Amino acid sequence: MQSGSIKTIWELLNNVPDPEIPVISVVELGVIRDVRLINNEFIISVTPTYSGCPAVKTFQDDIHTELITNKITNFKIEVVYKPAWTTDWMNASTKAKLKKYGISPPEKIAQCPQCNSKSIELISEFGATACKALYKCSDCLEPFEHFKCI
Amino acid sequence: MKDILQYTLRIADTSLILAQRLSEWCSKGPTLEEDIALSNISLDLFGQANGLLEYAAKIDQSKSADDFAFKRDERNFYNLQICEQENGHFGDTMVRQFLCDTYFMLFYQQLSSSKDENLAAIANKSIKEVAYHLRHSKNWLIRLGDGTKESNLKVQKSLDKVWKFTGEFFEMDELDHLMLDEKIGVNNTLLKKEWDNIVNQVLSDAKISRPKDSYMMTGSKRGLHTELLGKMLAEMQYLPRAYPNAKW
Ligand SMILES: [Zn+2]
Repeated sequence: MQSGSIKTIWELLNNVPDPEIPVISVVELGVIRDVRLINNEFIISVTPTYSGCPAVKTFQDDIHTELITNKITNFKIEVVYKPAWTTDWMNASTKAKLKKYGISPPEKIAQCPQCNSKSIELISEFGATACKALYKCSDCLEPFEHFKCI
Repeated sequence: MKDILQYTLRIADTSLILAQRLSEWCSKGPTLEEDIALSNISLDLFGQANGLLEYAAKIDQSKSADDFAFKRDERNFYNLQICEQENGHFGDTMVRQFLCDTYFMLFYQQLSSSKDENLAAIANKSIKEVAYHLRHSKNWLIRLGDGTKESNLKVQKSLDKVWKFTGEFFEMDELDHLMLDEKIGVNNTLLKKEWDNIVNQVLSDAKISRPKDSYMMTGSKRGLHTELLGKMLAEMQYLPRAYPNAKW
């Protein structure tokens, strides 16, 4: 079966959460680069955040499930590397969602997402996932993750 | 296309084998943060290798990326020999990593303007990751070198031991020249100057001395390796070889 328009596909993709940060969608994360319709087939271009990001496979599977569930079968997912993913593709509202979730969003200067203090201490440049570094707030003493700018 | 395939495999194998080595640190890191750091770096390198092997599989359509990783023998692996050297202690690993990260950064900077779009795109993506890895390994090398008398002595030994594997970074063989002529490949010889600059600066900050260049190991471009690679592959390839159609 084939149905839908490019707009529908984008809407459905926007329902697919990032596997590791479920408050934002894969669209908001910026990993969906393009959706085109070629010979009645939707070509969905995705790009990894980091080369080794284990979520890449997961979100491809999640996209697959979301589209099939919505009776769209005429699609193909392709991985593209260029241009390389950057945190610049996240808009202000996405960054606000990250902050509310307790992750310091990708800004040049990290800030405590709890108390907004800029007095912070780097604990590790590598956090639980490749995209985040680990900090501790010197004011409220809470540890927090910072989404690295790349 | 056969030449590009071979060239791609060299780059892929170098990342793959170093990634495999680093993964041996998983759950054995000196601190939780370093355990996570080394695993993350390993994952980035696996990811880079995967992208390159997927490209190799596009060139040689009779094989998949997994086939390239799991079904080739030692003599058909072309990773730089430095990558297969043992992790040793944490200082050994950081020294090896620093020397490789510096090379990767310079190599990928050049490769990012390759006429081959696939290689250029992967290189371009890898630069960002490698720059981050380099900052990490560089900081550790300085911290250990400029640390205690014992840590200084230890990393000096690490450096002395691994130095003979750094010659391979800058080798040019027939295939390298061919790729360079076609504006696909990198002139490895030209990387040396900048590599020396970075390495000399960091070694000086770390208060350790640069070993004298003497005999340099060679051979990986022709599939010749130290005896360590065979053992690594035996472990890495065990599952897919024992259960050929296993899915996970
Ligand atoms: Zn705080």
